[in-house]
Amino acid sequence: MAEPGDHLFRREAGRMVAALTRLFGVHNLALAEDVVQDAFCRALEVWKLRGVPENPSAWLMATAKHRALDILRRERTAREYAPELGRLLESEWTLAPVVAEAFGDSAIRNDQLRMMFSCCHPRLPEIAQVALMLHILCGFGVNEVAAAFLTGPAAMEKRIARGKKVLAGSRRLFDFTMSNEPEVEQRLSAVHRALYLLFNEGYHGAHAESAVRAELCVEAMRLAELLLAHPVTDTAATRALVALMCLNAARLPARIDAAGNLSSLYEQNRALWDQELIAKGERLLDHSATGTTITEFHIEAAIAAIHAHARSLEDTNWRMIVDLYDALMKVRPSPVVALNRAIAIAQYQGAERGLVEIAAIADVDRLADYPFYFAALGELEQQLGRTMEARAHFRAASMRARNSMERQFFERRAHEVADIA
Amino acid sequence: MSDFLYLYRGGDSSGTPEQMQQSMQKWSSWLQDLGAKGHIKDQGNPLEATGKVVKKKTSITDGPYAEAKDLIGGYTLVQAKDISEAAKLAAGCPIFDNGGFVEVRPIMQMSM
Repeated sequence: MAEPGDHLFRREAGRMVAALTRLFGVHNLALAEDVVQDAFCRALEVWKLRGVPENPSAWLMATAKHRALDILRRERTAREYAPELGRLLESEWTLAPVVAEAFGDSAIRNDQLRMMFSCCHPRLPEIAQVALMLHILCGFGVNEVAAAFLTGPAAMEKRIARGKKVLAGSRRLFDFTMSNEPEVEQRLSAVHRALYLLFNEGYHGAHAESAVRAELCVEAMRLAELLLAHPVTDTAATRALVALMCLNAARLPARIDAAGNLSSLYEQNRALWDQELIAKGERLLDHSATGTTITEFHIEAAIAAIHAHARSLEDTNWRMIVDLYDALMKVRPSPVVALNRAIAIAQYQGAERGLVEIAAIADVDRLADYPFYFAALGELEQQLGRTMEARAHFRAASMRARNSMERQFFERRAHEVADIA
Repeated sequence: MSDFLYLYRGGDSSGTPEQMQQSMQKWSSWLQDLGAKGHIKDQGNPLEATGKVVKKKTSITDGPYAEAKDLIGGYTLVQAKDISEAAKLAAGCPIFDNGGFVEVRPIMQMSM
């Protein structure tokens, strides 16, 4: 009996919905989702007793395809389907080949890409765009999306329903060939932001159970790969974004140690870093220098590349990292970026200097709930031998921890400081 | 050893893709476990939810007539020492997660 791959259903859900939505039209998204649900119910009923077939993905696609043909034949006159296919769906001669084509691999990839662009509708707030992508393209249930973003299920339900209504405003999936260049560019940059947000939510999101949810990173990277594979979306910024994801994801295996504890960059076992991802990230970063604009993704990828290259903390080129943070402050200033810059400065100019930089952060009050702000103060105070202050800062960080992993990490640091004293 | 028929009744299998995949994996590991212990005689089959009910030559109606909540969704033929062992083995069935249940029926012995 074959074992289905991890998250096979979730992945196939996104692929099937994309194909079905092109056939039915975006205004019939709910119908597409019903067909997908039916296909899964059927798969579950059959597979649980008869075992998983050799090619489960093909089985699901075939089931969805049959159902789609059924619907298109039966409700031909009752509903209006995809405007771009129009007549082709009306004639029996063209219907079957058109549906077969829609379920081909390359058509599905293209439709997933178009769906991504549809989800990033300018009328939707960023968080709704990401939620829709997770829901429609990654097969996350409403509750699962809500859990990913620390929102109540009811609120997320509303947000997703509202989002779908906006999507249905245009009956066809976003079309690269029908849109003008600035529009494509604007949507692409929204897609970039959404994927970046999704990746970060997985990488150091404020989740209550786990500090790292690699699956969100994996989904962001999977969708970003689709951008790389299409000539229109394979831009310098796309490459920089994927490079940034690869170079940071390479450190994921070391972020949680064997005992399940969060491990800071300072103490990570660098032998655990994924060299393959690092190599891929560096290659993409090299190929991202083609455009004229430097995006924040370029800069963040470059910072991650320096870390990936360094054999140790001491071996890290902190001066260059500070320069890059300076550049990042120009492109996308924020108190968190300023904090990271200050930490990097402390690495080569000393803790005293670092504290001065932290004190000079504009809008520092926006960090009042950010545990790593207090942790940074703790680390620097400790380096200066001010144990009492250091411990107080780690305790403050612990009080603001967003999950037990973070809390344990800060508590441990507080204890270590006390032990040294 | 005697033969028993498990009839899987009811249960709502819908859910998020992830939940459905997990449910499927639970089923296959439950059946694999039974098989490994030599209890499976025939893995059985799922049944369509539709059908015909034939009562007399002239009376044919659509669909199994049971309530949807205890519609038979499939069956498996198992071997067990006695009915109580067969029932105990069925207690591990993942169908309970979805509100369904298992009917365990001894296959009648032909020899006296």
